[in-house]
Amino acid sequence: MLLEMERITKSYGDVKANRGIDYNLKAGEVHAIVGENGAGKTTLMRILYGMEQPSSGMIKLKGKEVFFADPKEAIRHGIGMVHQHFMLFPNFSVAENIVIGKEPGKVRFDRKTAAAQVEALSNAYGIKVDPWAKAGDCPLGVQQRVEILKVLHQGAEIIILDEPTGVLTPLEVRELLDAIKALTLKGKSFILISHKLNEVMSAADRITVLRDGEVTGTLEASQTNVEQLSKLMVGRSLAPAIKRPSSPKRAVLELNNVSLFGSGSKPLLDSISMNVRAGEIVGIAGISGNGQSELIQAIAGLLAPDQGSISLLGANVTGRSARELRDAGLAHIPEDRYIWGANKSATVAETGMMGHQRRLQRFGLMRGKEIKTLVSDWIQQYSIKAGSLDNQTQNLSGGNLQKLIVARELAQNTPFLIAAEPTRGVDIGAMETIHEQLLRKRDGGGAILLVSSELSEVLKLSDRILVMYEGKIAGELQVSDATEEKLSLLMAGGKRNAQDQ
Amino acid sequence: MDQLLDLALFNSALRVLTPILLAALGGALCARAGLFNVGLEGLMLIGAFTAIVGNHYFSNTALAILFAIACVSIFSLLFAYLSIHLQANVIVVGIAMNFLALGLTTFSLRTIFHVKGAYHNKEMIGLPKWELPLIKDIPVVGDILSGQSPLVYLALVLAGLLWYYFYRTIGGFRFLAAGGNPLAARSIGIRVRRYQYGAVLACGVLCALAGAQLSLGQVTMFTEGMTAGRGFIALVAMMLGQSGPLGVVASSALFGLMDSFSIRLQGLSLPSHFTQMVPYAVTIVAMFFFKDKGFLKDAQSSGSSSR
Repeated sequence: MLLEMERITKSYGDVKANRGIDYNLKAGEVHAIVGENGAGKTTLMRILYGMEQPSSGMIKLKGKEVFFADPKEAIRHGIGMVHQHFMLFPNFSVAENIVIGKEPGKVRFDRKTAAAQVEALSNAYGIKVDPWAKAGDCPLGVQQRVEILKVLHQGAEIIILDEPTGVLTPLEVRELLDAIKALTLKGKSFILISHKLNEVMSAADRITVLRDGEVTGTLEASQTNVEQLSKLMVGRSLAPAIKRPSSPKRAVLELNNVSLFGSGSKPLLDSISMNVRAGEIVGIAGISGNGQSELIQAIAGLLAPDQGSISLLGANVTGRSARELRDAGLAHIPEDRYIWGANKSATVAETGMMGHQRRLQRFGLMRGKEIKTLVSDWIQQYSIKAGSLDNQTQNLSGGNLQKLIVARELAQNTPFLIAAEPTRGVDIGAMETIHEQLLRKRDGGGAILLVSSELSEVLKLSDRILVMYEGKIAGELQVSDATEEKLSLLMAGGKRNAQDQ
Repeated sequence: MDQLLDLALFNSALRVLTPILLAALGGALCARAGLFNVGLEGLMLIGAFTAIVGNHYFSNTALAILFAIACVSIFSLLFAYLSIHLQANVIVVGIAMNFLALGLTTFSLRTIFHVKGAYHNKEMIGLPKWELPLIKDIPVVGDILSGQSPLVYLALVLAGLLWYYFYRTIGGFRFLAAGGNPLAARSIGIRVRRYQYGAVLACGVLCALAGAQLSLGQVTMFTEGMTAGRGFIALVAMMLGQSGPLGVVASSALFGLMDSFSIRLQGLSLPSHFTQMVPYAVTIVAMFFFKDKGFLKDAQSSGSSSR
């Protein structure tokens, strides 16, 4: 055994994040850890990486007991971690980001040697990067390669990947999984933390499932399936959401030739015409950065389009403010919960009532009791772990805040809803609830515009799918004709290439 | 026009820019470590006062400067402890330091020297003027560069050293990393706090030198509040120079030149209150030209990540 973690327990006050967890890793193996948010995956890895110390239990490396007071010691023992939120310095070059902590040179930082080392490392493992590029300008997939190379440069034998695919496009995910396979053949071992069971099934040799800080099973990937894993994760079997065929009626939202020029050479939105009808979910697929964010913001009144018109429920609303649009019948689950969706320092109750404030006031004063009942109802309905209503929003985990925002926006009960990344970062149990609610809204005659970087989500919920590429709608598919392959091709601008040939 | 622009103007500009440059370099160090130090003014004032105190007791300018450095270091440690260890808001701590410095120097002036307003003693020796061999014989350059106090030359050398440290050494690289993204730096085992303490301490030393140049380099006296906003001008110079040593030198030079220009204008029977506005008017105008540079975005992102 390369690594053994025995009876690891970690308590924060009364809360036990890890309870007697046993976990081990063989050389050249990918051993995944899956579990819902708050199951204790991240805590366990922070312990292994020296960022936290266990309350009890021990860690053995190659049979010898070790103790890590800080990440530096873990790194010295050959453990490297690629964090969920990349730990990069955007202003530094790729090479600088990789060699940091082990820079070549004595006093003077020899940047040429650094670039040569990165080049050599990149060739040795077949992970391509440009050493001189500025890290902040690289796409997320490349940034992740930089992270992996950094860990390899530190001499890691065991590499922890924390939710590595969350921000990647389907193509980048495949590249990552290939890179993992190639590295295991060179003797590196991986600990893969994820809640995406399909990816875990295709990448891992063994899978350990955590629930509420305890191991509920360690299985060979070849002898299990997604259903069994999700049952172990959630503690009950999940009924897949039933989707009835849609019967769309009149158009609720119409866009006519909407363009947004921006400051670059290419327009951000290029003559977009589309509609969303009552009783249907229209999905927008695309690699992030192809105009989806701008489209949502234009529709929600956060950006005024330079050209074209937008109408909601038959009325022209082009250039109206976000408040006027909300009054006209729009609700909006924003793509970034921290930028658009919440005030980090507000209380849970305050974040919950945002957008409802004019309904919940009397003579300009907040009706505290009603707000509390309303928000408590949502907290129960969506099983949000919020602590108390007076807790600060920033103390909520990402998934729980997302659920709160979804609950809040669905409660607006508007004829039209923008759902941008509605399940980003939430666990599968909550994902089922949110999906169910969205479908129920559709069946009740609501019109929903769904934007998601998860193809499986777009395919599962949408009735029609529009693919965006470089600010244009590159194609439209009925969900019955759509496959991941077709969508991936359109997302990569494949249609245009096909015409060229 | 000949009266306005001659070589003596540049010579005096070099003298005037030195305190601003030294303090701005200190501010740049703090800013790059993720701490926006608005306490430069106060640290400089304490530096100016303690340099005079040191001079009074030791009758030796070198010892006086060392004494000033020691005293200001204690105050910068206080700033560091409050803002790094106790996580207090750096702006609030900086403003508090400024007022503390103003009150404390005024109080100490009265207790130590038993005078109000200003202390001046003919027997005190100021900093020497160095005539640089070889350079002083070069026309134009010699007239501008030569005959300054050692601190003027030290300031320019320190700016060069800081540039080398930031952009050529491993230590400087890690320093910039620790300030640019503390979370990421911590994840690879860089001790961010250590760099922050180092930055604040170095800033204290630089501000002590700036103060010593003010009180010993030009007039050999101390007056209450004698920094007269130079610490804030240094802050602007630091921002204008985007916290890079060379940029800071350039923007300090601009302010130094404008400062000595405003003194020169007084000779033209313009109202002195009007001419004194020149450096500040230039500050505002300069902000217009630099408003839309990428550093603003960087400053904002580093500001949010440091807390």
